[in-house]
Amino acid sequence: MGLLSDPYRRRALSRLILRLNTPLCILSYLAGLGWFLGLASPPFTLRSYMSENAMGSTMVEEQFVFGERALSYAREFAGHRKKVGGIPVAWLEKTMWNLGLEVYKQPFSRTLPFPDEMRERYMVKGTNVYGILRAPRAASTESLVLSVPCSTGQHNSQAVGLMLALASYFRGQIYWAKDIIFLVNEHDLIGMEAWLEAYHDVNVTEVLSSGCWAGLEAIPRQPVSVGARDVQSPLDVAVGGLGTGAGWPNLDLCTTFPDAFCRKLNGCCAPLQGRLQRTDWDTLPAYVHSLQTLLLMVLKQGSGRPQGDHGLFLRYHIEAITVRGINSFRQYKYDMGTVGKTLEGMFRKLNNLLERLHQSYFFYLLPSLARFVSIGVYMPAFGFLILILVLKALDLWMKLSKCDVGPEEQVCDGDRSAAHAAAEESRPGLLTLVPPLLICHAMGLTLYFLPVLGQHVATQHFPVSESEAVVLTVIAIYVAGLALPHNTHRVLTGCGSERSWMTLKLLSLLYLAMLLGCITLINFSLGFLLAVTMVPVAAIIQPKGPKYLYAVLLVLVTPAVTLLLSIVLYQELIEYPISALECWQLFLQAVSEGLLDHYLYGSIVFPFIALFVYPCWLLLWNVLFWK
Amino acid sequence: MAAPLVLGILVAVTVRAVLYRSSLAGFISERVEVTSPLNAWKRVVEGLALLDLGVSPYSGDVFHETPLIIYLFHFLIEYSELVFMVSFMQCISMSDSFRSFSLVQFKKQKLLMELDRYASDVAELIRTPMEMHYIPLKVALFYLLNPYTVMSCVAKSTCAINNTVIAFFILATIKGSTLLSAIFLALATYQSLYPLTLFAPALLYLLQLQFIPVKLKSKGFWLYTTQYAALYLCSLVVIVGLSFFLLNSWDFILSVYGFILSVPDLTPNIGLFWYFFAEMFEHFSLFFVCVFQINVFFYTIPLAVKLKEHPIFFLFVQLAIISIFKSYPTVGDVALYMAFLPLWSHLYRFLRNIFILSCVLIVCSLLFPVLWHLWIYAGSANSNFYYAITLTFNVGQILLISDYFYAFLRREYYLTHGLYLTRKDGTEAMLVLK
Repeated sequence: MGLLSDPYRRRALSRLILRLNTPLCILSYLAGLGWFLGLASPPFTLRSYMSENAMGSTMVEEQFVFGERALSYAREFAGHRKKVGGIPVAWLEKTMWNLGLEVYKQPFSRTLPFPDEMRERYMVKGTNVYGILRAPRAASTESLVLSVPCSTGQHNSQAVGLMLALASYFRGQIYWAKDIIFLVNEHDLIGMEAWLEAYHDVNVTEVLSSGCWAGLEAIPRQPVSVGARDVQSPLDVAVGGLGTGAGWPNLDLCTTFPDAFCRKLNGCCAPLQGRLQRTDWDTLPAYVHSLQTLLLMVLKQGSGRPQGDHGLFLRYHIEAITVRGINSFRQYKYDMGTVGKTLEGMFRKLNNLLERLHQSYFFYLLPSLARFVSIGVYMPAFGFLILILVLKALDLWMKLSKCDVGPEEQVCDGDRSAAHAAAEESRPGLLTLVPPLLICHAMGLTLYFLPVLGQHVATQHFPVSESEAVVLTVIAIYVAGLALPHNTHRVLTGCGSERSWMTLKLLSLLYLAMLLGCITLINFSLGFLLAVTMVPVAAIIQPKGPKYLYAVLLVLVTPAVTLLLSIVLYQELIEYPISALECWQLFLQAVSEGLLDHYLYGSIVFPFIALFVYPCWLLLWNVLFWK
Repeated sequence: MAAPLVLGILVAVTVRAVLYRSSLAGFISERVEVTSPLNAWKRVVEGLALLDLGVSPYSGDVFHETPLIIYLFHFLIEYSELVFMVSFMQCISMSDSFRSFSLVQFKKQKLLMELDRYASDVAELIRTPMEMHYIPLKVALFYLLNPYTVMSCVAKSTCAINNTVIAFFILATIKGSTLLSAIFLALATYQSLYPLTLFAPALLYLLQLQFIPVKLKSKGFWLYTTQYAALYLCSLVVIVGLSFFLLNSWDFILSVYGFILSVPDLTPNIGLFWYFFAEMFEHFSLFFVCVFQINVFFYTIPLAVKLKEHPIFFLFVQLAIISIFKSYPTVGDVALYMAFLPLWSHLYRFLRNIFILSCVLIVCSLLFPVLWHLWIYAGSANSNFYYAITLTFNVGQILLISDYFYAFLRREYYLTHGLYLTRKDGTEAMLVLK
């Protein structure tokens, strides 16, 4: 408090900020970047451990031995699937019924906002089939979910087989204290979303579903989804950790599974982000390796896409992970029995839990499976970056209001009238800020609404398909925003003073800081990626000096270019470099996927960028071309 | 002057009407920052339903409005949206009251100047009629377009009605009407109990208007005080009695004032109570409830001594203290005292941390929904995250108020001692708050 009210110390502090502003900013940027790069090295990371005792690796003794049965189920399922040419609903219902489950089906339909060319779907109709194994030892208040996506094509039949075998085995056991729901969902994420929405009796994304919900009176206090996918007998296991809108499953769940696999099946590898783990930790190549893994995780999380069916569960406050089989080229392979055993162990441990998974971490980054970075450790990296904006804003504020040292000093400077004139000037200055703000946000609204609303008009006038039309409209509107400053100036009259651009810059810096701060709490990776690119350029731009250099820099850090660069970086990291043309195609695809993710699964990345970050960036663009 | 005000009201009404019809209305009315158990519209509807069924609305633990409110809405339920639009009536009354207040201030300032009470070199501290002319308009716009007010109106929080009553009270006080002032103060007290503390500033202001010196030995002072207190108590008794006859039971006393004072509902809000009492062992809670509640009322005495000469500033500080320390605060309460800020725009040059503090308040307002989402929906954060923001928000408000307080005192000091202080040795001196 003394620091804030003692005028002498205040004066010293403000002089420090004014004089050392640029060095402090540079230092702070370097510190932020260095901190982030350091996250992959030992002093910043903690060893993963199990907080929940019931989840320990030796808590249950698995007895599942029906690998062969799983395979025969899988063959039968594949046969029926081929015959029906889709998900064999009748057969599944009959089989599950015979196993002694309560079986229900849920037909759903969903019309996409525009055709999804990558997966070739527009009007989606499908059926989810699920069977409930009632817990013999408790009221049906909690449940575990084992879901297997079953899309068109011949994938994943073995996973269904394994699920059925597990169901028949689980049915014979008496220790279940939670209902177990075995779910086969069609059209992967859309089916999953339809099921989840119906389960929670909400309608967030306009999925139309009908069906009998008599079976679902269970309140999902503790559902855990294990999405088994592409389980094949030659197997390694990949664990996908990230959810939609960048939720994280509890770290306990995330580490239990690979832990269980690696211990039970000696030699089985659990790769993270598609990369095998190294055993050593403190060598330079190991550091580079884990940094790459970390970067992959940050890029994936920043995209806000669910990395598997489990991603949708996390939004409903249900911890979930996806298990994927990978065909490895190693000599020893694991059979269905072993995989089933591990899944059984998992379910029994979850069954033993008395309360929600709450002990371990929810905010973390994983440079490797054995190590993690918790929120307290990675947040300073972002904090340093935000500090730049705060320092710059303070600097601008002090320049704008010379009276920060109190009225006393103004007098001894003798420029009382100057200060007075400045105060007079500030009033029209504030009003001139309104048009740019409104215009930039109107642009953001256009970017958000127009592409999808105007797709039909676009297809009538241009020879493009609907989805191309949407993506190209997005890009067109985005680029059109660059012409804004000239148009804004027509609206404004007599605002060409030094103070007005400084006020606008102050406003946009604060706006940017607030946006980044909010998004970082929800999705650290997105916030960090945006901050590391936008912050330094936002701090240096001004309408004076090398204007064209600033313009190029500012264009380079616009979110669209960041997306493009992230795609390139991602491809480099997964060691699958691509040409410029492919990169462009991936970029277009990413834009359309981003829109679809928003409309289908409620991902917030697209609206956040369109409605907030883009207008903020346009404000900065306005500052640059202020006359 | 009237044209911009009408324009402002039109814009404000449009914004509210659009928001009522949009999907945001549902979202906003569920926000814990906007509605508290005391004033949520959902609970009013519940109370009305119970009343229609012939059950006492206070028989459950849901309804905590006063009987007059429920009878008001019993007749006006069809027009509830219009009722909540009354906030612009409030802004008109506030702007009107501040117009007369500025006039009084200006006259007083002139008088003091003529009496040579001010130091010679303070010409730039004197407020010009030009500045004062726009204050009512600024107050009105600041209140109408404040996002806090808009949200609390769209959520149909009955806080808007309480604010209106308080605004009428201020109007009556400034116009010098003892009777109306006492009646509206009684109404405000009846609605939410805490405005009880506004008795002191109102009394001081009315005394000032009657040119009665505040001296404990003076007879006139005691006479007027007794008169005002009697009026206030009588209207309070009448209102409470009326409520009793409306419902024919005293249930509402426990259910409204007991609920306010004993804080049984620990739903998170922007106040300081919920986290403390959620964490506390049961047998300490009575003691700490007393401490927390005394905290709201306690500041009245020192403030009354210090701000004896400036009752309207006292009123402002008191309103701010109520909105910070009351048991179920919402952003509507914050908006009420924020509407006063343009009135003190002449203190701007003495404010020290206004930039930082306004940034803190805005950031906190944005972080409330984010952290709520992380806590309740995503399940990844926990109550501590949310409480940290609540705490920051309240510390920000406290610092803001103390900044204004200090600035006010400093201006008064400069007015009497001259702006350019010199030490005994002739160097420039500086006022330091220790």
